[in-house]
Amino acid sequence: MINFDYIRPSTQKAAIAALNKDATSQFIAGGTNLVDLMKRGVAVPQKLIDINNLPLKNIEQGKGFIHIGALALNSDVAEHELITKKLPLLSQALKAGASPQLRNMATVGGNMMQRTRCPYFYDTTMPCNKRQPGTGCGALKGYNRMHAIFGASEKCIAVHPSDMCVALTALDATVVISSNKGDRRIHFGDFHRLPGTTPEKDNNLQRGEMITAIEVPDNDAFSKNALYVKIRDRASYAFALVSVAAALDIKGNTIQNVRLAMGGVAHKPWRLTSAENFLKGKIASVENFKQTAAIAMKDAKGNGYNNFKLKLAPNTIVQTLKTVSGLS
Amino acid sequence: MTQENACGKDETSLHHTRRNFLKQSSALTALALAPPSLINAAGNNLDEKAAEYFEKQSLKIEVNGIRHQLSVEPRVTLLDLLREQLHLTGSKKGCDYGQCGACTVHVNGKRVLSCLSLAIMQDSKKVTTIEGLANGDTLHPMQEAFIKHDGFQCGYCTPGQIMSAIACVREGQANTEDDIRQYMSGNICRCGAYPNIVDAIMEVKQKGGTI
Repeated sequence: MINFDYIRPSTQKAAIAALNKDATSQFIAGGTNLVDLMKRGVAVPQKLIDINNLPLKNIEQGKGFIHIGALALNSDVAEHELITKKLPLLSQALKAGASPQLRNMATVGGNMMQRTRCPYFYDTTMPCNKRQPGTGCGALKGYNRMHAIFGASEKCIAVHPSDMCVALTALDATVVISSNKGDRRIHFGDFHRLPGTTPEKDNNLQRGEMITAIEVPDNDAFSKNALYVKIRDRASYAFALVSVAAALDIKGNTIQNVRLAMGGVAHKPWRLTSAENFLKGKIASVENFKQTAAIAMKDAKGNGYNNFKLKLAPNTIVQTLKTVSGLS
Repeated sequence: MTQENACGKDETSLHHTRRNFLKQSSALTALALAPPSLINAAGNNLDEKAAEYFEKQSLKIEVNGIRHQLSVEPRVTLLDLLREQLHLTGSKKGCDYGQCGACTVHVNGKRVLSCLSLAIMQDSKKVTTIEGLANGDTLHPMQEAFIKHDGFQCGYCTPGQIMSAIACVREGQANTEDDIRQYMSGNICRCGAYPNIVDAIMEVKQKGGTI
């Protein structure tokens, strides 16, 4: 790892000022992804701004939403009583991610900011438009088993690796962002980007901005029938081949409302809006779930080695909906 | 017990000889490859000056109950600090990229990966490593259980397994064999001692008490 300068400011204002002052600086919180990337020479910040002294760890009830500070640890969020009771989907998704040791280090803000685990992005001897714009995409015609089937471009077919973000997308969360110009809020679904012609940009956070919190609507209707299913190469501690987050508001046998999102399939957590619209007001049945999955898969496209996801993804959607609605 | 001590002593002295030999030979190689200015600095006992070329920062850290006041480069990981500066070589460098769990230690009571933790970020924190578990000649119950159940073969992953296992029980996540497998999944054992590791953890959990 190349050497770098290190500071640990004690206020948010000082941290943001330090970030603005030095174009080669970067925030560090848990460091589970950043230190890894620095060891491999993929990230080379010349100054790290350690933000762990900032008071952004709180998890509390707001008016109609649950506030989660950006520095709350993944393990603390997953085990917190408010989250396990009111947002079980988020708790399940967090527990499906990484290992207990990593969850004890990783923060909510850092989880959102983690980079893709595409092997061409990680290997500095390979072409990668995300790491080095203009060098091409090694995965497009390469070994692309883990790669995107939705929303990819000729420039990049990487996927976002987070489980937590899939649940937060499904739960319609809001991201609170601070800068020296004040606070702004953006819808969680608009935080991450599709690759398009600028795959080097993972998200819409601007230089000089800091994620300070996530606000998740406190919707009781979705807390009873919520399920996160993650399909991976081994039983635990692996990235998703495909994952499905589902929350149903069921009365009798009718689905009043539904939230669906997928992980491991796109450059951002993939919300299944048209599939949700189809399922609203329908009876919970295997036939309806199969149609929902077919609608969800409408624009899916494989790149060779990841073609298996074109079958795995709809099957996972159907299985998740069957389980969460009590049909199996 | 006496025999074990004798064995331990022999092993330790052998271990030191091998480690020192490796260190000395690496130092000679480094010297051969170093730029002349550095060699001059070392020759004039000015190696500290050469080190200062990279800016070090002060670090207060408590490891296994002993307080240290150190000076480290920001890029030094907690694992490298433990192994290279404090000579606590129990925590192992398996993959060095957060994938194997062999470097697991406790920081302020929580299990973390020391290979992905920067030492400078652990200022004023308390670290416990595998060396901090035993009380003199009395092993920690989890160490005893690993020996009793043969929870290892080559032993390389064992310090990380034991640190993780203790945390797993303390977190209340060791209620069933399935839970143990799930919550120990961050510790890889290439010899495949998993069934015996699960047995060891189950026994400690079932005995109860504070560990």
